[in-house]
Amino acid sequence: MSKKREVLQGNIIAAKAAVAAGCNFYAGYPITPSSEVAQYMSAELPKLGYDFIQMEDEIASLGACIGASLSGKKALTATSGPGFSLMQEHLGMAVIAEIPVVIINVMRGGPSTGLPTKPAQADMLQARWGTHGDHPIIALYPAFSDEIYSETIRAFNLSEKFWTPVILMMDEVIAKAHEDIEIPDQKEIAVFNGADHPLDEDLNIYDRQIGEIPPRVDFFKGYPIHIDSLEHDRHGWPTTDPALVDKMQTLRMQKIYSRLDEIIKFKEYRMEDAEIMIFSFGVSARAAIAAVDLARQQGIKAGLFQALTIWPFPERELKERFKRIKKVLTVEMNMGQMKLEVERVATDDVNTRALLRANGVPFTPAEVLQSLKEFVK
Amino acid sequence: MRDYERYIRYRTFPTPWCPGCGDGIVLKTIAMAFADLKLPPDDIIVVSGIGCSGRMPTFFNTNTLHVTHGRALTFATGIKLARPEKTVVVISGDGDATAIGGNHLIHAARRNIGIKMILINNGIYGMTGGQVSPLTPQKFITETTPYGNIEPKFMASELLIAAKASFVARETVLRMHPLRQVIKKSFEHKGFSVVEVISNCHINLGRRNKLKDPITMTKWIASRSVTQAEYDKLTSEEKAHKYPVGILMEDKERLEYSELYYKHIVPAAKEAAAKQSAEGK
Repeated sequence: MSKKREVLQGNIIAAKAAVAAGCNFYAGYPITPSSEVAQYMSAELPKLGYDFIQMEDEIASLGACIGASLSGKKALTATSGPGFSLMQEHLGMAVIAEIPVVIINVMRGGPSTGLPTKPAQADMLQARWGTHGDHPIIALYPAFSDEIYSETIRAFNLSEKFWTPVILMMDEVIAKAHEDIEIPDQKEIAVFNGADHPLDEDLNIYDRQIGEIPPRVDFFKGYPIHIDSLEHDRHGWPTTDPALVDKMQTLRMQKIYSRLDEIIKFKEYRMEDAEIMIFSFGVSARAAIAAVDLARQQGIKAGLFQALTIWPFPERELKERFKRIKKVLTVEMNMGQMKLEVERVATDDVNTRALLRANGVPFTPAEVLQSLKEFVK
Repeated sequence: MRDYERYIRYRTFPTPWCPGCGDGIVLKTIAMAFADLKLPPDDIIVVSGIGCSGRMPTFFNTNTLHVTHGRALTFATGIKLARPEKTVVVISGDGDATAIGGNHLIHAARRNIGIKMILINNGIYGMTGGQVSPLTPQKFITETTPYGNIEPKFMASELLIAAKASFVARETVLRMHPLRQVIKKSFEHKGFSVVEVISNCHINLGRRNKLKDPITMTKWIASRSVTQAEYDKLTSEEKAHKYPVGILMEDKERLEYSELYYKHIVPAAKEAAAKQSAEGK
């Protein structure tokens, strides 16, 4: 075996995975606690002849990424809450024009500049609804070093496959912690590259059936095309025709919602005979795993559902489990965001409870255990 | 079909512009400059933000990208760095370029990234119905300065010279021949270039300021534009009502950003990589 174990910071693991996934363009703006991604890219991308640029702000960073993506590059940017707020403008642009790009958001305490050096999981709903207008979005959230690597690769592949921005969520703890990881060989990594769409002179760049994967093309492929942040017709040209707008909205929604099996991913821990389920993700899922073991030692049949795909929400998967499990505890570092989704999909006979905190201090396994014990009383 | 018409995307016509608007002249002049340089349409990309002039790219039969308000330069920066061999043109109005996009403007100039910018200055937010812009003259009445504009305006070209743009020119829509020459020259320039085109919005600016038709307003524009030599002889009081036209800055020596990146950064990084692998790191 040529593989070796290394001790690496979470941000660096994500950056290495991005390069392995084919990332060849990075534009970003420094912000704690994500700056190591930019630092790594500034040193490594030019070694491969690829592009790195530090822009004047986060709006510009995502703008440059989208421009590069439309020019045939695989683009990445990384940020944290305040920068993610600025990026909402161009997140919407990438959604409506259907442009692949990956955004890493390392969550810190908010609102506003909040707690720059402390962890949070408080941008969960911003990731879903932060940009204005109706839109689908894909957001992934790893919890462990190996997942940071694999989910970053998956973020690029999904983005390329579905022609959509993908948000890779992290929190200050997993992004800043140095942990051991076995980096896979490049040949073991499945990298998805969107095929070039055969284009005729009619330039139907957005023409397709509902549910079909978009066949959009990049610039400089032989036929001059138009890409617009305005609502557009099948040529990409601006339109306000209600029937066309309906069609484009549906096409964008259904490319994601008709293919959930290719997007939803989660992990379960001791769920086979669980009578009480924890729903969690990121750093909170790490405390929850330990808490499940502690609870089992005390005779509480607990299990963990760890969401790796946050958006679209694993609704069908949770509903399936709620047929058997009637108690669900959501554990998250915010004042109650994903618990709203859990409550929405929980049937009337399911008891829901949440362990919430947004003061910059992650939960300990003992705190999660305590919450489980109170719940089963 | 005339030479420049292969750069016009007639199937997206009509344009949204009011009769007599200077934007049509700029559209045709840019197409003529493309034709003068015999650029293949697929090797060109025209990017714009929001506003009347923001709609212009739709009408070029080149690659075109219409984006968010003020941000065209950011997208163009990504495109130019990704594909340095392409001709990347940005069209922007005065509000788009110097208000919401002001930060991107000075940084694109400072970097000297090889984007060719056409800054159409009609001194007003036209598409939204005539609100004051950073380039509206003082005392003018607009929809949001009903008692007169108290803010001084930017001198866009001079601002760009201070921000280290390597090619800056100012022209007016009245002088189509010099405008065509100067746009052509700016397209040949390697670094960041800006042509500020003074244009008329008689509908949303002129109408409220005794310049209500295209002839009156373009005559007013003509009365204010002088050559650099003439401008230099004016007193500071006279200068407040005039602006110099022609090429105001041209630095051919300074290396363009993507050229610097690929000639300096990439070789330095590759050397570092070779050294690291020799050391077995």
